Amino acid sequence: MALLSVRDLHVSYGAIKAVRGISFDINEGEIVTLIGANGAGKSTTLNTVAGLIKPESGTVEFDGASVVGVPAHKVVQRGMALCPEGRRVFTQMSVAENLEMGGYTRSDAENKETLEKVYSHFPRLKERRTQVAGTLSGGEQQMLAMGRALMSRPRLLMLDEPSMGLAPILVQEIFEIVKQLNEAGTTILLVEQNANMALSIADRAYVLEIGTIKKTGTGAELLVDDDVRKAYLGG
Amino acid sequence: MEEELMNKKRPIISTGGRGPAAGEKKRLPMAARYAINAVLVLVVLVIGELMIDGGAITRYQSTVLEQVGVYIILAVSLNIATGYLGQLPLGHAGFMSVGAYGCAIFVMRMGDLLGVGMRDFTTGTPLSILIVIAGLVFGGLCAAIAGVIIGIPALRLKGDYLAIITLAFAEIIRVVMLNIDSVLGFTLTRGAKGLTGIPGYSSFLLVFGCVALVCFLIHTMMKSRHGRAILAIRDNEIAAEASGVNTTYYKTLAFVVSAFFAGVAGGLYAGCIGVLQPAYFGFMKSIEILVMVVLGGMGSMLGSALSATVLTILPEALRAFSEYRMIVYAVVLILVMIFRPQGLLGSYDFSLSRIIERVMNRDFPWKKKAESAAKEAAGEGVSADAER
Repeated sequence: MALLSVRDLHVSYGAIKAVRGISFDINEGEIVTLIGANGAGKSTTLNTVAGLIKPESGTVEFDGASVVGVPAHKVVQRGMALCPEGRRVFTQMSVAENLEMGGYTRSDAENKETLEKVYSHFPRLKERRTQVAGTLSGGEQQMLAMGRALMSRPRLLMLDEPSMGLAPILVQEIFEIVKQLNEAGTTILLVEQNANMALSIADRAYVLEIGTIKKTGTGAELLVDDDVRKAYLGG
Repeated sequence: MEEELMNKKRPIISTGGRGPAAGEKKRLPMAARYAINAVLVLVVLVIGELMIDGGAITRYQSTVLEQVGVYIILAVSLNIATGYLGQLPLGHAGFMSVGAYGCAIFVMRMGDLLGVGMRDFTTGTPLSILIVIAGLVFGGLCAAIAGVIIGIPALRLKGDYLAIITLAFAEIIRVVMLNIDSVLGFTLTRGAKGLTGIPGYSSFLLVFGCVALVCFLIHTMMKSRHGRAILAIRDNEIAAEASGVNTTYYKTLAFVVSAFFAGVAGGLYAGCIGVLQPAYFGFMKSIEILVMVVLGGMGSMLGSALSATVLTILPEALRAFSEYRMIVYAVVLILVMIFRPQGLLGSYDFSLSRIIERVMNRDFPWKKKAESAAKEAAGEGVSADAER
């Protein structure tokens, strides 16, 4: 049975329909990516699954239970964590405090344990643990946002555009870590505009266009698919 | 109240980030910290009281002091909503007036009921003190209820919209106070004529006891898990929600706590002035309180307290030049905003315990400088040791 299953999801912002009937599944242990151009509805889908936006219709089931209408802070307790777009760190708190906030729903003892794990994935964060988050570089902030999401010990980690605005070398590093996290047992839902990178690490992928799913397949299949190449990978 | 609550350059919570030398650092036990601060507060209260009794402080001066205390509570409580939660409400005077009327009416009615006379309140018989404390709590609760009613719709908005809606609500409260008698058909606030005959129950001890208590409560709240949630919302609401913080709840909580303490301050104000009129609690009063917070530094409790003190005493001290005092007041504000837009103290907060700990560890600024220079020379690089 799928860990997350989304059926016929419709989301609107007022009169504007952002998502028009999307269905997809994520199995335990997979990396699944949603790719597509600006305005395809990728982030909207992710935010809806995370509970930040209420859908117009459709179902979202996580681990067999519906999460539609469950507020975002409760969704975290169910085992889904969202790493929001644009590196939203707590700018005035230190790195360690940011991570502690990520473990807000967990006990102190659990957090101590998870913190070590997060530091092992992101040694850079350990070095900078007393630094104020607002003074970190873009890449470090992205790592911090991911680390913070991991602190809630999610079964499903949702990453919204982790490569946005980062230098290519850092993008590589971030994706390397995503792969590591997946190998360590976290299921990952990745939303990306950098289709090339996303497809190369994904088990399966969905191509979104104007709020609908245009194509689906394994990462490797889509990487060589003519339409996808033309539209998103530059020929 | 004297602990560091937040700081742009230094972390708020020290767990996990104590720096490499955490094990060797001597720290004061929590009990000792509380004891030191409690003793200090008591000493200040006793000295103040002795000076008033001995006549070193005149009656006029002690009345001004009481007002200083009232404004400190107002500024510190508004600081919860502006400095810690990061919102900009403009209706603090509204909550103050609800608390003032609530407390004054409660004290007057209970005084009549239990046969406690005006004089008993000023001399402070045990029963009257009990009534006053109950009255202050009652006033605070009234303000907190108003805070819930206003906060739930208002906090769906942000920035200037929130400012406007809270401003409007405060005006509504003022108009209600003005007209409630004729609507209800019996005497409650006495409308524009003003509520007179309020016993003068506010004394130096009561006011500054409340100041210490309020600062302590706010300090412990901000140090707790709830405080951290509030700070997280200020830093980034979406990230806070995604981390599992119930943002709606905590925004409302911060707003309501802020309103509660404003209500307590209102109650003290009523006992200090003796007459209440809805006109006292107009828009300008809200602005005055906000100015104190902004001038002192948003997020700094000491800053709020200091600027509340200065801005209450300044107009009194300049009374001789009453034509010019508003000019001076305005010029001071303009200068501060030009040269220190983050407020006088920024987000710095004074901590006696931190200073004592520093002395215990012989960790003096000049010594640190030499150390870091040595470190750099040794090629270690300056690691981000936050505890300078």
